[in-house]
Amino acid sequence: MAKVIFVTQNNGSMEVEGDSGSLMELAVANGVAGIDGDCGGVCSCATCHIYVDPADFDKVGAAQEVESDMLELDDKVTEYSRLCCQIDVSDQIDGMTFVVAN
Amino acid sequence: MQFSAEELHSNNGAVVIVGASHAGVNFAFNLRQQGWTGSITLIDSDPELPYHRPPLSKKTLQSAELKSTPLKAEKAYNDHNIDFKLGNKVTAVNHLTKQITLDDGQCIHYDKLMLATGCRAFIPPISGLEVNDSLNNRSIFTMRTYADAQAIKAALINSVDKHVVIIGGGYIGLESASSFIAMGAKVTVIEKQPRILSRVTSAVMSDFLTELHLNKGVELLTDKDVIEVKPLANKNTHKQVVVCSDGTEYCADFIIVGVGVRLNTQLALEAGVDVEQGIKVNEVCQTSNEDIFAIGDCTQQFSSLYQRWIRLESVQNAVDQAKLAAQFLTGKLPQGEPVQHTVPWFWSDQYDCKLQIVGLSEGYDELVVKQESAQQFSVWYFKADKLLCVEAVNYTKAYVLGTQAIKQNLLVDKTALQSGDALSKESLFLAVSS
Repeated sequence: MAKVIFVTQNNGSMEVEGDSGSLMELAVANGVAGIDGDCGGVCSCATCHIYVDPADFDKVGAAQEVESDMLELDDKVTEYSRLCCQIDVSDQIDGMTFVVAN
Repeated sequence: MQFSAEELHSNNGAVVIVGASHAGVNFAFNLRQQGWTGSITLIDSDPELPYHRPPLSKKTLQSAELKSTPLKAEKAYNDHNIDFKLGNKVTAVNHLTKQITLDDGQCIHYDKLMLATGCRAFIPPISGLEVNDSLNNRSIFTMRTYADAQAIKAALINSVDKHVVIIGGGYIGLESASSFIAMGAKVTVIEKQPRILSRVTSAVMSDFLTELHLNKGVELLTDKDVIEVKPLANKNTHKQVVVCSDGTEYCADFIIVGVGVRLNTQLALEAGVDVEQGIKVNEVCQTSNEDIFAIGDCTQQFSSLYQRWIRLESVQNAVDQAKLAAQFLTGKLPQGEPVQHTVPWFWSDQYDCKLQIVGLSEGYDELVVKQESAQQFSVWYFKADKLLCVEAVNYTKAYVLGTQAIKQNLLVDKTALQSGDALSKESLFLAVSS
């Protein structure tokens, strides 16, 4: 079980919880603005871009090659960017905050 | 008389959307997010909460517990004040009274009508090839809806020999083949053309995917025309026999038909709007009737990028058109500027291969293959110096660079592409082409 917070571009904040699936699916299920997940979660569209809190970055780790290449499509990419369809919801991310990039 | 953008776009009035797949649902949410204050009614004959279609032939089919991938949470529709009528078919449209009629007799008035009616699977006129939803023991299926995926999964579980014959070597057929192999089935793919995917890709890509499927154990037959489907003589099974024009026969526990689509243009025709290869729309997705719009697979639109009318069957197109139409209706499109063209993109996942495509290759006169390894390569399609399309297999870097080149109209150095060097922006992009 993980409780996480999404901070959206209009500075809204939403605490959501889940125990399985991807972070993108959790965001979509809760209607988090800015997380579209157009490809359904197969790392093909780059519409679920989030920034991970630098202090917690090790908990999710860096993007794999396909994901980091896809992130290049978004001008707003930083070293703390991830596509959240590639992050699993688990105890590991409990308590973390994610800032939605778009 | 001059109208300001605000006056032209009153942001209220009743919007009725027919079709709740990627296009219709995205349009509904975009419209609300852009500030539309009037009612938004979303109608679809599919009773399921609107879902992603691409996973149906992939993740949905393969997952142990079959479930759909919702486009939006049910709660989000309420939060955005979007009224949906699922499981309702629109039976008529009257563009004079601006009303649509539902199969339960209900009439709904619209100020703006959005047709996001998409496509349906095409069943070729072959003797015995009828898809009958009402049969309990079905053995012939298409792959278009969540209900289809459910029925196919059940058919596989209940089948004796787990042998599926797929008619059509297109994306739906090949993705399904890949899923069936993963599920332990025996798969035969029958393609009418001399090579798979011949309508949409080059021989290079067809050859790679042919090899891939053969290596995974698919019986892949090309240049084969199915002329008849008949039940196996043995009355104790539901097995079907697929008969080809060369006299060969293939016995199947069940059959998937994946030979393309037909557009759902009936309502558009009834409304009297222009329909050719699709419902004709202008750059803001308006049909020949100013109060009727159309988006998604069912539309035909002039591409400023390719300088011709195109019709796309893709999530990207559905999403981009939805956004554009919503911006137009709410007066949010920048005035006096041409509408930004979008670049088409597609993907397909088969086995452990990730295929990503950007652009349209039609009309190319040269192709360059950039190969990293047997399982990682990309095909770059050019017309003279202009890059039209990149297809990348397990090669996201190539896909991303191709996207940037096409979007920004960059000139690609073909020599750099052909060299053994790793792909990079610096080596690949020469300058902005005129």
